[in-house]
Amino acid sequence: MIQGSTRRWSMVKDAWRQYHTMYLFMLPFIILFVIFVIAPVLTAIYLSFTYFNMLEPPKWIGLSNYRLLFLEDDVFLIAVKNTLLFAIITGPLSYLISFTLAWFINRLRMRQLYTLAFYAPSITSGIAISVIFLYLFSNDRYGVLNYLLIQVGLITEPINWLTEQSTIMPVIIIISLWMSMGTSFLVFLAGLQSVPMELYEAGMVDGINNSLQEVWYITLPVMKPQLLFGAVMAIVSSFAVFQIAAQVSGVPSPLYAGHTIVAHLYMHGFIQFEMGYASAIAVVLFFITYVLGQLSMRLFSERT
Amino acid sequence: MSITTRGKNRFKRLISREASPAEYIVMTILALVTLLPIVYMVSTAFKPIEEMFLYPPRFLVQHPTIRNFVELLLAIDSFSVPFTRYLFNSLFVAAATVTGSVVLSSLAAYPLAKYPRMPGAKLFFTIIVSALMFAPEVTQIPRYLIVDKLGMIDTYAGLIVPALAGTYGLFLMKQFMEQLPTELIEAAKVDGASEWRIFWQIVMPLVRPAWITLIIFSFIGTWNDFFTPLIFTRSEQMKTLPLMMSSIGGGPGIVARYGAVAAASLVITLPTLIIFVLLQRYVMQTMAYSGIKS
Repeated sequence: MIQGSTRRWSMVKDAWRQYHTMYLFMLPFIILFVIFVIAPVLTAIYLSFTYFNMLEPPKWIGLSNYRLLFLEDDVFLIAVKNTLLFAIITGPLSYLISFTLAWFINRLRMRQLYTLAFYAPSITSGIAISVIFLYLFSNDRYGVLNYLLIQVGLITEPINWLTEQSTIMPVIIIISLWMSMGTSFLVFLAGLQSVPMELYEAGMVDGINNSLQEVWYITLPVMKPQLLFGAVMAIVSSFAVFQIAAQVSGVPSPLYAGHTIVAHLYMHGFIQFEMGYASAIAVVLFFITYVLGQLSMRLFSERT
Repeated sequence: MSITTRGKNRFKRLISREASPAEYIVMTILALVTLLPIVYMVSTAFKPIEEMFLYPPRFLVQHPTIRNFVELLLAIDSFSVPFTRYLFNSLFVAAATVTGSVVLSSLAAYPLAKYPRMPGAKLFFTIIVSALMFAPEVTQIPRYLIVDKLGMIDTYAGLIVPALAGTYGLFLMKQFMEQLPTELIEAAKVDGASEWRIFWQIVMPLVRPAWITLIIFSFIGTWNDFFTPLIFTRSEQMKTLPLMMSSIGGGPGIVARYGAVAAASLVITLPTLIIFVLLQRYVMQTMAYSGIKS
């Protein structure tokens, strides 16, 4: 026992002697990471079991927040439904579009120009672009979309895109898809450029005779790390949908039609100051994205 | 005979990975459609107010004017804080965050990339990759409580310091640094250079594409960030451009002061586009390394 602990101690001393400069290199980041990432995650988990309104100290209430959340909070269920609908559509779709566009761009000259065109929407300020979309989807006949549809004869009366329960979510999805050629898109593009030519040549010798086979048997396996990164990003960003939804339809939105999990979190946390309850929402969201993230890790490591 | 020629042609077609004219046409149309809202934004910023309420609505501006930009400055003047203050806040917070995160994440990435056998390095990197898997929104409440406890609410520190713990930068730098030849570092050590000097004089110049990429992402992220300043600031003096935009616009779903808002949209979008265009070539050298090996 004592021997074990002295041995461990000497290992620590060895590691320190050998690597102390390196530990010092990492120290500033680690301190900030612990304070602003690790501690908040642990605090969120703890607070989710308490009642906390920021005026009195947190009061332990066990699983009550979770019980309330899943059994009695109908608005949360709407938020979950909206978020799932959003994620199921935009997650895979944005992933596929990003990869497909990257694949085609990789074959073109003036790649930089095409890359910029598709990437630009994702770096425009969300708040600035929502203003533009408010013009385009404007509820009256001054709205460009309404005008066009009336002109073409598809509708006779302007559609209230941003207040109608049935159109809010589709509008949010369209704007999000438009903005979704982001980091993953660049990662795919760079990944495609880094696949060694010899592999394609070897593939042809092995009898690959069309582009689809080439993508499936050569490109995709080589690009697994980039594809996994893209998958993780797609999952995280599609489940965290909030900003566009909030700017298009407000918090809370008409009949909660644009209400998402993060919107629910925001509403309870920063409008009603129910920090314990909001933390429970955060933990649920964290759990969903983490499980899906691990699942995609598994998926990508099996397909060798 | 005919079979061999066909085989040869096929070989040629695949080897010259040239797109067909049809592909160019389709991709160009798609690119233009994607750019439409941005073109509309630029065009609207220069529209005189009468043109904004034209019926039928016009997509492009007929008689461009800079009146909207003047109105933007005037609209802000009726606020307690001048436009330049929001601009300064945005620039200062972005510059400090970018500098800080490049330095801190590069420093932390170097040991992870080049001394993977260092005790704790593997575990730490696993934690970093897991941290990529949750949205920052998840930790916003406790982070707010911590920032509050540290007395950083409504200060520049509150807008800058928490952002330095961003995990993507560290992840990217580590992945890129891994491909540096270890012999180079060993050789410098034999010559008697300290780790500190090796880092600044050998490693950092070699991974320039990576940290330039990080500058772009960190700048765009901070510049566009709406949520953090919304929660961490209280006084008008500490607010950044995205918050200013939402106050002159009049809130979600409402569009007031059309002209000023349209001008502000352009002002706020331009810097991110410019910085990306200027530094784009470095991004492509870096992004292939942004993969997760499972």
